[in-house]
Amino acid sequence: MTITEKQQELLDELDLFQDWTERYEYVISLGKKLAPMDESLHTTDRLIKGCQSQVWLDSSAKEGRMNFLADSDSVITKGMIALFVRVLDGESPEDVLTADLSFIDKTGLKEHLAPTRANALTLMAAQMRKGALQAIQA
Amino acid sequence: MTLYKSMRFLDLQERDQSESSCRDSARCSPQVITPSGRLLLSTTLAGSPTRHYRPFVSALDPYQLRQEFPILNQEINGKPLVYLDNAATSQKPLCVLDSSRNYYERINSNIHRGVHRLSQAATAAHEAARETIAKHLNVNRPEEIIFTSGTTDSVNLVASSLGRSDQFQKGDEIIVSGLEHHSNTVPWQMLCERLGITLKVIPVLDDGTLDLEAYDALLSERTKLVSVNHVSNAFGTVNNVIHICSQAKKVGALTFIDGAQSVPHFGVDLQSFDCDFYAFSGHKVYGPTGIGILYGRYDLLCKLPPWRGGGEMIKEVTFEKTTYNDPPFKFEAGTPNIEGGIALAAAIDYVNNLGATNIAAHEDALIKRAATILAEIDGITLYGPDDRAGALSFNVEGVHHYDLGTLLDQMGFALRTGHHCCQPLMARFGITGTIRASFAAYNTIEEVEALGKAVEKALMMLR
Repeated sequence: MTITEKQQELLDELDLFQDWTERYEYVISLGKKLAPMDESLHTTDRLIKGCQSQVWLDSSAKEGRMNFLADSDSVITKGMIALFVRVLDGESPEDVLTADLSFIDKTGLKEHLAPTRANALTLMAAQMRKGALQAIQA
Repeated sequence: MTLYKSMRFLDLQERDQSESSCRDSARCSPQVITPSGRLLLSTTLAGSPTRHYRPFVSALDPYQLRQEFPILNQEINGKPLVYLDNAATSQKPLCVLDSSRNYYERINSNIHRGVHRLSQAATAAHEAARETIAKHLNVNRPEEIIFTSGTTDSVNLVASSLGRSDQFQKGDEIIVSGLEHHSNTVPWQMLCERLGITLKVIPVLDDGTLDLEAYDALLSERTKLVSVNHVSNAFGTVNNVIHICSQAKKVGALTFIDGAQSVPHFGVDLQSFDCDFYAFSGHKVYGPTGIGILYGRYDLLCKLPPWRGGGEMIKEVTFEKTTYNDPPFKFEAGTPNIEGGIALAAAIDYVNNLGATNIAAHEDALIKRAATILAEIDGITLYGPDDRAGALSFNVEGVHHYDLGTLLDQMGFALRTGHHCCQPLMARFGITGTIRASFAAYNTIEEVEALGKAVEKALMMLR
């Protein structure tokens, strides 16, 4: 499945929920299903600065595929990160770097987020791309 | 200055003519008329940008009052807005909006020294506003009231001006408290770094009050200034400023009280405790943003050097030597926020019209009800003592304050989450932040009860 297909699949899933509470609960549940990130990886260099809640992101590349581990002390933020991880994890660094992530605007979630949180999403995307760039340059 | 005008009475007929542009909203209109059927107005040359209302004696009715706040009548995400972020900024009643509009529609002009009629009218209104604030705080003379852009600006003015005086020597000490907003910490820290003086901190007890025994022990002949807030913006703690100021006086230290969170919630009488400086912001007390007040003891203001140079603040300028104006003008360089000052006076009139005691009693009932409802929630921590003013901060075990705030926003509730510009206080309690509900006269018990239900609904989703 391509990144675009994965994005569409997510949007279709979110479209099933008319009520904002269900939509939020679904995003929170996606966050809870994220692969666990060991506490030892909660380091300052993995902390994404600029978020009101704490967000850690670990990027690595193995056999030409990106692997992302992410965590947050906020369950809603963690759910939002899970959306990115689901579409970008396992993709090639080149595809991650060039991926169009505007799907997040179509989720109907971003409009409900405070500007600081929306900004945090942008920072997360930038950090994932940075990981991909480092993998290409390595 | 001969600009401090006395008040005069106009009869009802005159009122109808002179006030035709004023919207007669629910609360603004009846109280401008005195029991004898006459309207109280200040004499300004062009109508009445500053109105002096008589105190309203009965307890306030928030439902009637809300009609004067058009912004409250809207929906967020399809749900009625419940505005509980008043410690950040309050909403503005129609009479304050009218005041701003009246100013620009009728008398906008630059003040002081203008020979023409509009300038005289604007000057009179501006100085009448100063007098309104002076009366409200019960200070000795209007010249003790300096217009600033807000509390932060007031702190910086005093820190900067004191820093240029002979108040501090290397090795001296400034005391702040662990409850302070960053704006009452950072300017003093900057001054300490510049002058080689030491910042001491009054510790905060587990109940969110200040450790006054520790404070007494911190005081010494090295203490040159004590700066604390009257009410904590984060926890709503009301500090014992009488004790703090009198103890500071004993060692000869100056005192600065940050009143940003007190003036909106209860009457502050500066004759009831002995502080040298007191500051508050207009926008938190139903007034506009960009205007604030610094009270300073007159003899001190005379001695202190100015902090900003420019027009208005001078007596005579030559390239060899400039002499400075008297207080308050010495500290008001440049064209001030004329409209802001006048609209702030309208806001203060509005508070006096409602009655500061009525506001305090109403908000106390709101906070106590909120505390009672929220205390029922499993795993909740309420910060601060039982007697709070303005704000109620809390956290729920295992739930991030930001998640709770986000879901409450979905339900139309405007609360604040985070560190509330009090990072040292958050660190003291081992937390990254809290969620804070803060109240104003227009909030209702119904809103408080709805908040309780909304928090429970959000927690169902988050836990």
